[in-house]
Amino acid sequence: MATTTPEDVGPGAPDDTAPDWSNTRAGVGDRVFLGISRAAAFTILVALAGVGVFLFVEGFDAFSLEPEAYAEGGGASTFLGYVGPLVFGTALAAVVALVIAVPLAIGIALFISHYAPKRLAGPIAYVMDLLAAVPSVVYGLWGGSALAGALKPVIGWLGDNLNWIPFFSAEKVAVNGRTMLTAAIVLAVMILPIIAAICREVFTRTPRLHEEAALALGATRWETIRYAVFPYARSGIVSAVMLGLGRALGETMAVAMVLPSSFLVTLSLIGESSPRTIAANIASNYKESTPQMQSLLIATGLVLFAFTFAVNFLARWIAGRSERRLAR
Amino acid sequence: MSTLQAPQAPGPSALHASLARPRLPRWAPAGLGLIVIGLAALLLVLGVGFGGSVALGALTYLVLLPTWSAVVEGSRAAVDRLVTSLVWGAFAVAMIPLVWLLWTAIDRGSSTINLEFLTFEMRNVIGDMQGGIYHALIGTLLVTLTAAVISVPIGVFTAIYVVEYGKKNRLSRLVTFLVDVMTGIPSIVAGLFALALFVLLVDPAYRSGFAGSVALSLLMIPTVVRSTEEMLRLVPEDLREASYALGVPKWRTITKVVLPTAFGGIVTGVVLAVSRVIGETAPLLIVAGVADSVNTNVFSERMQTLPVFIYYQYGLATDKGRAYAWGGALVLILLVMLLNLGARVIGRIFAPKKG
Repeated sequence: MATTTPEDVGPGAPDDTAPDWSNTRAGVGDRVFLGISRAAAFTILVALAGVGVFLFVEGFDAFSLEPEAYAEGGGASTFLGYVGPLVFGTALAAVVALVIAVPLAIGIALFISHYAPKRLAGPIAYVMDLLAAVPSVVYGLWGGSALAGALKPVIGWLGDNLNWIPFFSAEKVAVNGRTMLTAAIVLAVMILPIIAAICREVFTRTPRLHEEAALALGATRWETIRYAVFPYARSGIVSAVMLGLGRALGETMAVAMVLPSSFLVTLSLIGESSPRTIAANIASNYKESTPQMQSLLIATGLVLFAFTFAVNFLARWIAGRSERRLAR
Repeated sequence: MSTLQAPQAPGPSALHASLARPRLPRWAPAGLGLIVIGLAALLLVLGVGFGGSVALGALTYLVLLPTWSAVVEGSRAAVDRLVTSLVWGAFAVAMIPLVWLLWTAIDRGSSTINLEFLTFEMRNVIGDMQGGIYHALIGTLLVTLTAAVISVPIGVFTAIYVVEYGKKNRLSRLVTFLVDVMTGIPSIVAGLFALALFVLLVDPAYRSGFAGSVALSLLMIPTVVRSTEEMLRLVPEDLREASYALGVPKWRTITKVVLPTAFGGIVTGVVLAVSRVIGETAPLLIVAGVADSVNTNVFSERMQTLPVFIYYQYGLATDKGRAYAWGGALVLILLVMLLNLGARVIGRIFAPKKG
């Protein structure tokens, strides 16, 4: 473990400025310390691989059970039939949340970076951090009682007047206000600070000279933002949105606490019963789980992990690519 | 509108013809805002609902101000004013849930919280008997502390490796990237991981606070690594080189020079990471389970935590359950806010002196 590969800039490596004690007794400390640090770094790799491996090992059986085992999932007879509606519900909730959150988040980020009086910008950014710090179970509590109650008239109005839009048509409009729309709003509030924080970061990093050049040409503040800030920040915004999406896909409690759900595929956001998300399905079924059920839940968790991993991977890749481009 | 306009009013004012375009008076946005608020108040009095009159007022403002601006200043300025109003509006809208949530928590939670609520457990509590969150508080404390004990060494040493040893080599780049990706692991997946791990290693029915801590550390490590990394990078290279020049070995330099300089920032990062995982529910629900009484042994038996307590009480769907859920939520919010505030204070106290 403690041998130095040429890769490490460990003690004694050619491009390290640290004194070389490696051939004396004092070098033992160096080697041990390097060993511990490297072991810690490896632990993280192992842990992440472990998440995939353990979920796979425990969930593998569930890919091919007898058809009856999947029946609870809306009469499905295969694993895909079981997990399909769940994936749909997860994606629907996350996408609707994004549609609500992204414009708001960009607005807030602009407000902090360009519009707010300088003295206010700091405290406002702190308040947004607080919004991010509120635990998800509290959001769920708020969404399930306060928000759902307040949305009742809005949902009724949508069902009466806008039911020609597929999202707002429902056989039976929910009367208790606990709908997909409510859950999506709660999710939106939760991912808002994340997206806003990253966008703000990118906006403030726009080169000052680009903005001043635009202003000197007589651009209004909006035109400056449109033509100097947004082109510079585009990939940053995209990766922020992807991170928000990743978070919304994996959120459990808020959805589980707001939404009475079942295995359904429907676009309606205000119906009495709504599609279920993967995470909420796990949270509501783990209790009465037979070993078979447990492994089925773990398998759906593996699907969720794969999705969020892909989304986050893409987000980081986009962000990294633009950073490399800007560094040039 | 972009062509030059001849001065419109010949006469005395032509002597001071301005080269600038006409502008709305400085008070225009605020003044119009006041008028619209007045209108909305009128609507409220007339019997339109609260939400309705606010929405109508905002809409009126969004139409009136750009129109006025378009007439006086031209279309470009009108668009600018519209966007400015929208951005301020976005901020106002985002503040609603925060204020609403805090107000609801205080309103519904404060009447539940008293000394008994904080010091009683839920064992054998039925009907209207007084119960409390003591067992959940102890559980949250132990589980989070264990998670911190697991993740702080791993996180800090990983950051040391990335910053001090692995300058841009393959392992350190891979670790940085994976840590970024790990930030996005859904908490419930972390819980399932811990479940799968202990089911495989111990026994299928194993539930304990320790399993919860393992799940939480998976969520906590990335945050610790990121913040520690940032802090270590802030330590000036001069300090390290001064130490090397004295012949101090690298590991002594790290432990005696680099870490003490970055100490405040690292502690702040750790406290913020704790405040992030202290409210996690889903993984604990799965692997730490639900319990009614105090359990101080992290390694065996189910252990109740505050977030799970809130979820469970809410799920009872009784008046008492809801009241207890809000009481617990208020305590949890206070804990998180205290940790956040504490992190800032610590950061300030230990900030390196600028000389």
